[in-house]
Amino acid sequence: MKVTFKAYAMLSDYLPDAARRTNAVDVEVPEGTTVIDLIERFRLPRAMCHLVLIDGNFVPPAQRDGRVLRAGETLAVWPPIAGG
Amino acid sequence: MGWARKILRVDLTSGSVKSEPLNMEWAQQYLGQRGLATKYLVEEIDPKVDPLSPANKMIMATGPLTGTAASTGGRYSIITKGPLTGAIACSNSGGYFGAELKMAGWDMVIFEGKSEKPVYLWIQDDVAELRDASHLWGKTTWETEELIKSSHQDPQIRVSSIGRAGENGVLYACVINDLHRAAGRSGVGAVMGAKNLKAVAVRGTVGVSGIRDFKAFMAATKAAKKVLADNAVTGQGLPKYGTQVLMNVINEMGALPTRNALDVQFEGARKISGEAMHEKRLTDGKANLVTNNACFGCTIACGRISQVDKTHWSVVNNPKYWGASGGLEYEAAWALGAAGGVDDLDALTVANMMCNEDGMDPITFGATVGAVMELYTMGVLTKEQIGTAAPFGSAEALLEITRMTAEGRGFGKELGLGSARLTAKYGHPELSMTVKSQEFPAYDPRGIQGMGLTYATSNRGACHLRSYTVASEVLGIPIKTDPLVTEGKPALVKAFQDATGAFDSSGTCIFTTFAWSLADLAPQLDAACEGGWTVERLAELGERIWNMERQFNLAAGFTAKDDDLPMRLKTEAAKTGPAKGLVSGIDKMIPEYYQVRGWNTAGVPEKETLERLGL
Repeated sequence: MKVTFKAYAMLSDYLPDAARRTNAVDVEVPEGTTVIDLIERFRLPRAMCHLVLIDGNFVPPAQRDGRVLRAGETLAVWPPIAGG
Repeated sequence: MGWARKILRVDLTSGSVKSEPLNMEWAQQYLGQRGLATKYLVEEIDPKVDPLSPANKMIMATGPLTGTAASTGGRYSIITKGPLTGAIACSNSGGYFGAELKMAGWDMVIFEGKSEKPVYLWIQDDVAELRDASHLWGKTTWETEELIKSSHQDPQIRVSSIGRAGENGVLYACVINDLHRAAGRSGVGAVMGAKNLKAVAVRGTVGVSGIRDFKAFMAATKAAKKVLADNAVTGQGLPKYGTQVLMNVINEMGALPTRNALDVQFEGARKISGEAMHEKRLTDGKANLVTNNACFGCTIACGRISQVDKTHWSVVNNPKYWGASGGLEYEAAWALGAAGGVDDLDALTVANMMCNEDGMDPITFGATVGAVMELYTMGVLTKEQIGTAAPFGSAEALLEITRMTAEGRGFGKELGLGSARLTAKYGHPELSMTVKSQEFPAYDPRGIQGMGLTYATSNRGACHLRSYTVASEVLGIPIKTDPLVTEGKPALVKAFQDATGAFDSSGTCIFTTFAWSLADLAPQLDAACEGGWTVERLAELGERIWNMERQFNLAAGFTAKDDDLPMRLKTEAAKTGPAKGLVSGIDKMIPEYYQVRGWNTAGVPEKETLERLGL
């Protein structure tokens, strides 16, 4: 199935070169792929994955191991950041 | 003591200046900066005064930590009655001006009356005098700063000034110091302009002395700096990406007000984001972002310095904007960009430079442009009326409108009134995205419910900096709360409002609160100042300030009806994103908010609340 993976700020460096200008890449993943599976596929340091959203909704740290991605969903990840 | 114990009173009508001792009894109750200056203001002016009349006063105020070794200790605020809102106005700025004023030996400067001719205030340590500014009138803030420094032959002078917007009565004119730091909101620059006060120039060599316990102060500030350095947000995220890192976050969450809040997600958000500012342009191979920048004493350094492509259509014939200057912060990028559907990063950067150059609040200005673009799209306003075609997404229109507003020509005069007055004039007040006539910033209350309450209850009109619940609802600081629900938000907003009041009165920057709590601020203040400044005392201080501001607004004529959001946010549901189908739950939150505040159902502080706070 196809999902979209997005990584921002310092985590942009872990994206393929072709995705650096969009911060997004569409990927084919097997059924049952979890949030953490996809994060690890792109070798993002787990400790740097502070804000994790699926289709804009927050995924708490305790649910990231078990939350299975569904076809068409977008997983977006940020390191610790803030603004104002 | 962190206080200089001295204030400067400037009577612009008579042209006199005099030194007065700081009211130390009030300093113990209101600390400094926002709190203490508001106390002076509410004691000295009629709440019903016309903000642009000589009877209004304007105070530039430092905090006890301004000019000290405390991290971010360079802040000052301008307190007055705001012309955009008619409410209390308090606009906070960084840069170096505040620290210089303190190091000249002054806690605050109170301006009263109105000068017959344009003047600027020149302060050199304990000597202050008004000087003729006829030659500066009509100049931009950039030109004013340069001319003052060169005429005094001292590049180390710090200048705070208004541009043409302040002179022309733009109701959201700001006061700019150090070229691109702004006391930005509520039109404090228009008050300065109405007083014929062009600038304040300071050279301070006295320094800040009299710290209560110097050893304890150095230990406390060192420990607090370590907290900032060790925190991933203040130590890494903010220095590298600045506030602009939020553009993609808030858009992904479906809380980015787009095209005058018709939408909550902007398809062009990525193109105007912090990430885009970092990448090399395809045209000239250079990035928009040149470097980050720090204000006085700041160990975070979130500021942006940017440079646009010299061949970009907006500047190709205008070398003035080719150099590096203050770049886009998140709020400005949103207001000049998403609020009008404009996704041209270089054009936004130039529009932001123009706002700095002529002293306009880009939040209110950009949001007003968004309202004008909607009126144009509806056919209510025409190209002939505006002077340019103004469809959503037009960067050309944005820049032309910026120029005409700053210069006060043509339709720009109407733009200068802000969206509340402009949309009302053309029969569509519902299109103004304001609270108390001030435009709300870059977080849509349908997608971040706590921010709706923040806007509705902000004493200076819609504002994110009075209780930044985004920290909790989006970023998980100090704890993560659900942005889509209203439950628990009244207490959360109150806690943020009170803590913010304490930080805003200290001389430090609110951005420290991504890492610091009052427990980090208290030891620094306590070591600097007499009075036993504990966490509890600071929280109570914030609550006292909030209620004092509220009382001023009530006396000025505001009522509970003004604690409300634009109808669009209450009736038109978000079309996309996590908040799809949701409207703001403001009507549910307000009664509970009044309750947790100790106010009656009409939003008036109860007698017991006022007595408890010593008001």
